[in-house]
Amino acid sequence: MTNARVIPLHPDGGESRAGGQDGSEGSPGGGRARTGSEEDHADWHEALVDALAFARRRLLGEYGVDEFGFDRELTDRVFLPALRTVYENWFRVEAIGLDNVPSESGALVVANHSGTLPWDALMTTVALRDRHPAGRHLRMLGADLVFAAPLIGSLARRTGHTLACNEDAERLLRAGELVGVWPEGFKGIGKPFRDRYKLQRFGRGGFVSAAMRRGVPIVPCSIVGAEETYPKIGDIRPLARLLGTPYFPVTPFFPQLGALGAVPLPTKWYIEFGEPIDTVEYGADAADDPMVVFDLSDQVRENIQETIYRLLAQRDSVFFG
Amino acid sequence: MPDVVLVTGVSRFTGAHLAGRLADSPGVGRVLGVDVVPPSPELSRRMGRAEFVRADIRNPLIAKIVSEARVDTVVQVSTGSDGLPPARTVHKEMNVLGTMRLMAACQSSPRVRKLVVKSTSAVYGASPRDPAVFTEDTAPKDLPSSGYSKDAVEVEGYARGLGRRRPDMDITVLRFTDLVGPRIDSALTRYFSLPLVPTIFGRDARLQLLHSEDALAVLQRATLEEHPGVFNVGGDGVLMLGQAIRRAGRAPTPLPGAAIPPLTGFLRGTNLAGLSAAQLEFLNFGRVVDTTRLRERFGFVPRWTTQQAFDDFVHGRDLRPLVSPERIRAAEREIGRAISRVRW
Repeated sequence: MTNARVIPLHPDGGESRAGGQDGSEGSPGGGRARTGSEEDHADWHEALVDALAFARRRLLGEYGVDEFGFDRELTDRVFLPALRTVYENWFRVEAIGLDNVPSESGALVVANHSGTLPWDALMTTVALRDRHPAGRHLRMLGADLVFAAPLIGSLARRTGHTLACNEDAERLLRAGELVGVWPEGFKGIGKPFRDRYKLQRFGRGGFVSAAMRRGVPIVPCSIVGAEETYPKIGDIRPLARLLGTPYFPVTPFFPQLGALGAVPLPTKWYIEFGEPIDTVEYGADAADDPMVVFDLSDQVRENIQETIYRLLAQRDSVFFG
Repeated sequence: MPDVVLVTGVSRFTGAHLAGRLADSPGVGRVLGVDVVPPSPELSRRMGRAEFVRADIRNPLIAKIVSEARVDTVVQVSTGSDGLPPARTVHKEMNVLGTMRLMAACQSSPRVRKLVVKSTSAVYGASPRDPAVFTEDTAPKDLPSSGYSKDAVEVEGYARGLGRRRPDMDITVLRFTDLVGPRIDSALTRYFSLPLVPTIFGRDARLQLLHSEDALAVLQRATLEEHPGVFNVGGDGVLMLGQAIRRAGRAPTPLPGAAIPPLTGFLRGTNLAGLSAAQLEFLNFGRVVDTTRLRERFGFVPRWTTQQAFDDFVHGRDLRPLVSPERIRAAEREIGRAISRVRW
């Protein structure tokens, strides 16, 4: 976590200062022993000073974003902590097979999409940032609808995501980033509850050609639990057309219960990262061969589908796992 | 090495400074600066050895100047965007019809070997369906439908046409991102000088800027050296619009998208800002270009990053922040001290 640096405390803090004068972050072995409350106070103080410095940097515009508009500091300090609470307490996500995700090089994470609202995508970013040994940021590729929407569009850019197009995918992979795609798109996330855990068509396989061109592995990612967060039993098409959204979901609780119906059901989640599929052996030329691209795309799709069936077979309860 | 250079648009900053720089370059015989109005005394001084020729590039006379002065290199700088809307038709005439005339003159004069066109990255448009970073080969999803960017698309089209008809001629098209600098006066710099800067609610554009000195340096090198082709030119790095406004010591004032056009109309009346529809789109989504080709093939690395260029503009313009950074830092220290004294 290079961004979460500790701001040095002011020397006039007296006794309430943390012991880590040598730069070690309040190490327990530093100097005299402290009572529990003193330590609490020091931590609390440190957090506040840190928050103040953060607020100052925001006010003065003293921060950096990359060419996609990704603001690491804001993501790590504001958005991730909020999502982490949901990850740990609401969905109690279990991330499996994180060592299949490379630590340094670029890779393409391909996952199934479900659940009406993209909680699955958000939880996958938390899994990779918090639970992966290298704390990787997942740079997701989203639909143009996301980037056309006010607030959501700029939020998506701020948190490092970009439009699903080959140019952007390849640019991120070339820079060694971990890129996430949900090739089912709206067909997957907006499918009715009765079709749960049935993978939809995988678009045109653009993600496969991007990975082949850059020679990066494809990591299949299977998410179980997201399907039941909002059981979509109906779709009010005229409303969707009116709002310009791909669907207007009806669940047992939405829209009848209004905002309360927008609270996802607290299902128990599993996110499994499968063995990486190498694309180097195909060569960059294969990216333009539709046959090879479709075959590999199907292979990834089957891999995810099988993992989902296995995870479902192991699951006893939707809510308790 | 060019012998006689013709530079258009010398009544403005970039044209006048470029003419002066070219006139000072060893090996350049003569520099003619053309414009409809004479440059201000200050810009005249900048032009140094360069000669001013009062002429309208929309007039057939321009062909005569090109052939009689034995011009071998033409630099088209006069395409401009900072017109207030009433002057918009004049600008369009200047940009598009002027370029047509100028290029016709280039085509008919066999001595002209090189054309350098100052274009803009606005030719890529700005929409949510575009890739995050434009390369020179990216085809925009939504072609600019109005204003300066549409002019620029047309100007580039004429330049390509000329290249087809005169394959012996070297044509360099430079697509600049927005220019900033202490002495640049444009819609964008006026926008950042407003005390409360209107932004579009729920949007935060990515800005890529180019320092005016870098723009001059790259134009100069394109004129003196051989670099045919299309190049994106922009500083390194990106500033978010809101971030830039804060760095200028201003307060971003988010307004609903629908409220912006009437407001800019109102401000335009008071001559504070002139934001066109295309610029509003730009503030909606922003635009970032890939400059790999500039670095690797042209061999030019901008000296100022986007952030440095912007900061130089802020300091050079002496923009007074609403609340000074020192006061914010002092407040931070005060609160920090107050916290550390709290004991329970």
